[in-house]
Amino acid sequence: MAKMTLEQLRRLREEKKQDLTRREVEGKEIQVIVGMGTCGIAAGAKQTFDAVVEAVNAAGLGNQVIIRQTGCMGLCYVEPTVEVVAPGMPTVIYGKMTRDFAKELVTKHLVEKKLLDDHIFDRPAADIMKN
Amino acid sequence: MHYGLGDYVLDIAQNAVEAGPREVSLDLDETEGGFRVIVRDDGCGMTAEEKARALDPFYTDGTKHAARKVGLGLPFLAQAVELAGGRWAIESERGVGTKVEFAFPSASVDSPPAGEIPSLFLGLLCLPGDHEMLIRRSGPRGSYELRRSELSEAVGGLERASSLALLKDYLVSMEYDD
Repeated sequence: MAKMTLEQLRRLREEKKQDLTRREVEGKEIQVIVGMGTCGIAAGAKQTFDAVVEAVNAAGLGNQVIIRQTGCMGLCYVEPTVEVVAPGMPTVIYGKMTRDFAKELVTKHLVEKKLLDDHIFDRPAADIMKN
Repeated sequence: MHYGLGDYVLDIAQNAVEAGPREVSLDLDETEGGFRVIVRDDGCGMTAEEKARALDPFYTDGTKHAARKVGLGLPFLAQAVELAGGRWAIESERGVGTKVEFAFPSASVDSPPAGEIPSLFLGLLCLPGDHEMLIRRSGPRGSYELRRSELSEAVGGLERASSLALLKDYLVSMEYDD
């Protein structure tokens, strides 16, 4: 592959724009936040971030999902940690989310709207009880 | 300890971004002798006392996590570099900024593997904040520069997964130019 120019990158963006407009996505936006503190990095958070980007796009959700990095979430013992904020679902912090679980995270939580019970380490209990 | 070179770079860059800078710059030079990295920021900087304490794993400034008693980023780096027979240096001035420089020699079996450079740059460019970031990369396949603001404009922001996938393709093309 030859080096891409910025102009080629802009054109590629136009070509790959999916049918979903920004307006249609509003209110349905999902946020996936990867903890990238020293603890997260040591446990493979960089690879997790990469794998989540790939899995989200492979599932066709590229325009609907915001992927961010943050520092340590305070759960150093179960890094890498990933917080998911999705409409209609409790906000969850998953732990032990190595890159091997990125696809499962996307398929189960983002597509099927089910929680990954074995990886929940914070936030879900109160919301689930209400529901 | 971290596994790869990129983990150390990302960790130090994360510190730079959290210092509230207008601009962060990163130089990543790869030669036959090894890797040399310089991370500079014009953020809050440290006093001489804070700089000395930053190398103590049982010290943190407490601003990120009030109850936490450790700060491992710089101590990890210093330990790994010294183990590999490399060198590191840190310069900082309160209110001016910080420069962290380190080098891992390729001849040492204790030097960390380089890992995927495009993945590292994707992680660096997506660190949160409104700062500018300039990445200068030189290696066996030549050299190139990346500017965060230009790339963000080209792909439509640095948060949407579709934009990040495009950016990753771009970074791969820059690193693995045939």
